[in-house]
Amino acid sequence: MTRLTKRYRFCASHRLASCQLDERRNREVFGKCANPHGHGHDYRLEVTVGCRRTPATGLVLSRAELDEWVRAAVLDKVGHTHLNSDVPEFKRLVPTAENILLVIEGWLRDGWSERHPGTAPPLFALRLEETPRNSVRVEFAGPPAPS
Amino acid sequence: MLITRKAEFSASHACRDPRLTPERNRKVYGKESRPHGHNWVVEVTLRGDVDPVHGMVLDLKALKEIIRRNVIEPYDHRFLNHEVPPFDRIVPTAEHLARDIWRRLAGPIASTGGTLHAVRLHETDEMYVDYSEQPAQ
Repeated sequence: MTRLTKRYRFCASHRLASCQLDERRNREVFGKCANPHGHGHDYRLEVTVGCRRTPATGLVLSRAELDEWVRAAVLDKVGHTHLNSDVPEFKRLVPTAENILLVIEGWLRDGWSERHPGTAPPLFALRLEETPRNSVRVEFAGPPAPS
Repeated sequence: MLITRKAEFSASHACRDPRLTPERNRKVYGKESRPHGHNWVVEVTLRGDVDPVHGMVLDLKALKEIIRRNVIEPYDHRFLNHEVPPFDRIVPTAEHLARDIWRRLAGPIASTGGTLHAVRLHETDEMYVDYSEQPAQ
């Protein structure tokens, strides 16, 4: 099994408040993250792609292909935005690190399908660092398809 | 339990396949097709039980020496394509380096009673490769 991980970064602001909760309850749940005008982070995103056997090129995925996929599917959508108001997915969904990562996963899968119809993305794991102290990670079940 | 030892080497490489045209190499490998170098960092992870007497999975001094002899000595301050087989025949991408490091280490580690679990090779601060093989049946 060979896995390649590349780190990307984007700057974005957000406010943690659920539209299903009132102001007092939001304040209790999210604390200062619920301050009305929001705040920002330098997010770091790690994308891990994998394959069972390294192809003859010696590349799980070409760096240019990986960079372009992540840029178009993710970075262009979130870079220098206020997530709550600029990104439609977060109109009603609280932009916690967990939810941001799940939305990013969907974007990457859709972006891959557009570029490579009928093939599964070689996605193995995603990790999002909101601050150096806070990060979330997901691994995807089952080995990626042999390449 | 997993136990990891880290080591560094500085080496240059050019990711290009001599059977391809320069244009094709640039398309496949981008800027990496030009000769350049990195401060590579390798993390070697072993898997095993803690010895009830020594309290160790494997003596890290022994692991350090295995890594030095089998990887750092041949790789450090070399132009991999020209000086370190098999990279005269195989494109020295990070993926191929990680696999080669695994193959150089698995035998010596096994002969000291250890089990190699994973090799992680950092090419830059922004990119690394993990390589592992299933245990032999």
